[in-house]
Amino acid sequence: MTERSNTNYSRRDALRLMAIGGAAGLVAPNLIGKPAFAKASPPAKPTGRVVVGLSQEPTVFNPLMAHIEVDDAVHFSVFDALFRMDPKGVIQPNLAVEVPSQKNGGISEDGLNWRVRLHDNVHWHDGEPFTAEDVKYTLELIVNPKFRAWRTGGHSLVRDIKVVSPTEITWRMEKAFAPYLSFLTETFIVPKHILEKAADPNTAAFNQAPIGTGAFKWSERVAGDHLELTANSEYFGEGPYIAGLIFKYIPDMTVLYTQFKSGAVDLVDQSYITPDHYAEASKLPGRVVEVVPGSAVESIYLNLGRPQFKELAVRQALYAAMDRKSIIDTIRYGVGTITETFMPPQSYYYNPDLPKQKFNLDRARQILDEAGWVPGSDGIRAKGGVRLSFANSTTSGDNLREQTQQFLQQTFSEIGVEMTISNLPPAVMWGDFWQKSQFDTAMVASTYLISADPDVSNRFATSSIVAQGGHGSNNAQYSNSEVDSLLVEGALTFDPEKRQAIYYRIQELIRHDLPFLPLFASTIVLGHKSGLEGFVPNMNTRTASWKASAWYWAS
Amino acid sequence: MRGFLLSRLAQSVVLLLIVSIIGFAILNIMPGGPMAQYGLDPGMTQHDLARLKAQLGLDRPLWIQYLDWAWRLLRGDWGHSFRDGSPVLAVIGEHFFATLLLMGSSTAIAIAIGTWIGIRGATHRYSLFDYLATIGAMVALSVPTFWFGLVGIYVFSLRLGWLPVGNMYTIGDGSVLNYLHHLILPSIVLSLVHVAVWSRYMRTATLDAISQEFVKTARAKGLSERRILMKHVVGNALLPMITLAGMQLPSILTGALVTETVFTWPGMGRLFLDSLGYSDYPVVMGLLMFTAILVILGNLIADIAVALVDPRVRLA
Repeated sequence: MTERSNTNYSRRDALRLMAIGGAAGLVAPNLIGKPAFAKASPPAKPTGRVVVGLSQEPTVFNPLMAHIEVDDAVHFSVFDALFRMDPKGVIQPNLAVEVPSQKNGGISEDGLNWRVRLHDNVHWHDGEPFTAEDVKYTLELIVNPKFRAWRTGGHSLVRDIKVVSPTEITWRMEKAFAPYLSFLTETFIVPKHILEKAADPNTAAFNQAPIGTGAFKWSERVAGDHLELTANSEYFGEGPYIAGLIFKYIPDMTVLYTQFKSGAVDLVDQSYITPDHYAEASKLPGRVVEVVPGSAVESIYLNLGRPQFKELAVRQALYAAMDRKSIIDTIRYGVGTITETFMPPQSYYYNPDLPKQKFNLDRARQILDEAGWVPGSDGIRAKGGVRLSFANSTTSGDNLREQTQQFLQQTFSEIGVEMTISNLPPAVMWGDFWQKSQFDTAMVASTYLISADPDVSNRFATSSIVAQGGHGSNNAQYSNSEVDSLLVEGALTFDPEKRQAIYYRIQELIRHDLPFLPLFASTIVLGHKSGLEGFVPNMNTRTASWKASAWYWAS
Repeated sequence: MRGFLLSRLAQSVVLLLIVSIIGFAILNIMPGGPMAQYGLDPGMTQHDLARLKAQLGLDRPLWIQYLDWAWRLLRGDWGHSFRDGSPVLAVIGEHFFATLLLMGSSTAIAIAIGTWIGIRGATHRYSLFDYLATIGAMVALSVPTFWFGLVGIYVFSLRLGWLPVGNMYTIGDGSVLNYLHHLILPSIVLSLVHVAVWSRYMRTATLDAISQEFVKTARAKGLSERRILMKHVVGNALLPMITLAGMQLPSILTGALVTETVFTWPGMGRLFLDSLGYSDYPVVMGLLMFTAILVILGNLIADIAVALVDPRVRLA
């Protein structure tokens, strides 16, 4: 997937290769032509700074409060969680010394009792020691009804939190819930000794000057412009090797790219380099530009509550009428990967054996003919008084999506299907219109996994249909009883291999039922200056800055 | 004067009330709302969204939300941003300096150059200079500012490398020279439109003054053309410009929406766009009231200034 040859090598891997003999380095040259064994090593003390460009402004610095993706860049740098999700989708210990499992006894056989052992000798940025009390306080604050918390899924099942010792904590789960381990990789631990003194944690001074245990300390924020972090030289983990980490807010995607090109920005994080700049960017001297798979799937997302889409034949015909290869190659500058599932290709749970869609207009017409959808006098097919006509909506102002819409409009019309285009500003599109299934179809890049866990109950379970009184985000109003029971089973199962079998089957069923028509697995164009070492993308997190502690400048 | 001020004050209060009600209504009628930003987050359930809405008080009837907001405002509490939790006035304050710097310098450039072009255009009517100035003003008014901005960045930053590609300063270098270096391109680009507007008004006002009887009298007295221009024409021509300046004050202080985006300038225009995009109601309402107050103040100051300068005008 990755076009840059040395991407999957961490600095440690490279050092290990060197230790083996260095010859391996010769077969893995990096883009700027230097062999990998010539890689610099990190400086003895934090040196230099990195300016990270973001196209949205981070504004929420209490990591437990409701926030959006872009804020993660700051949270991952200032705070630590109990665990961290690595680029391969494997959960690694962070503040915890090991990842609890049924095998090591950290999680009881019935999945209800959890025990987590913590690192000793970790300190908050103000010098106070980090203890299990902080973890307890964090888990309790999230479910405090007065606190404006982010996701509470999983956390609301936690009961009887006990601090066994400063380095050990236990709790009981109301019911077994395997995804909780993944959820904890995005649950950053906050300092009890500071927040408990605040009259209202929603408005605590801490929220604008956070204190964490992470590799970087808060320095200052210039609202609307940038924020600056400095190295925490007392960090208990790897690094940091850079003295300053700056998150610069650049509100326009073209300007973000221009500042990367001119050198004002060292690394482009969210929303990355746009596909239309990819070809030019990859030729820029002194820049490393790579294409990595993202976590979202771009699709034509159907509202199955609409009479047009109730019949499987219609969904199959529409899917057969999508020339996805042309869309990726001619409209999206080759950026995007054909997929048949919601599961990101880099996930351990990705099912590679699903039936492949073939673009075939004759087949599409045949399916509709056989199902009894007959063209009317206006050329649009209809059946039982229902015309095969629908609107497609997406965020207005996205020209690549608009071109894709026009392209599909054309091919759909060739099989007697009418698609109109009705785009809306983001604040309207993703509000009730989306959440309460008021659309016909949407063109959307959906992330289905929460914290990279394969549990997709929130997206596909019948109980998650908001328009039918549910509480999740099954906006397609998809319902399949076999999927429902598999989802329940998957959430109760801790063993990764057993879970893999369950989610493989779920992907088969959803590929068959087609509640959404996949366009492509989102692919992200990342760019940074050459000479910035230790950068590893991790699309199992929502930010490219998930581990800035490992970054350093080759001197 | 006192009566004038009192009646103006009463008018202003009514005006602000109307503006706030209309603004509040439009914001809330707009579909979407502050929860839309979480719409694509698979982990935010409807439970979470309903809880957040209630915690922010957005589940109450609209009129109660309005009264609550207005009552707090009367007591000096402008509310807190939904996004970063900071007090609205602090949020506005953080962006105000950037806008003042950019708009102040571009307006200063515009007034100086625009006035000069206007006067010269009027005194040399139908000359080559006049034609060029007219054409230039039309072009500057017709072409969107952001286009000039992008061209400027392409030519002076990317091609020639003389000027920065935007930003207010280099992070880590807060020197005056560094600010000035970053200020050159955006302030010139922004001033283009203002020069055009200013020069057209100044030209008309100067022509108007030149045709007055007192100018003929002055000529008859044998005064030099230069003295007539400086003493009699320009002074009178500048009078209507005071009103124009008063009307421009709010736009100077509330920022430039698009130019600030192109130049990554952390000013009020950006703040407004972002707050609107995230439906950050308290900040949008705060900016609306701030702008309305500036409009009222700008007009008031202009009226008073005209009365002070022009003996024919009396405030009553």
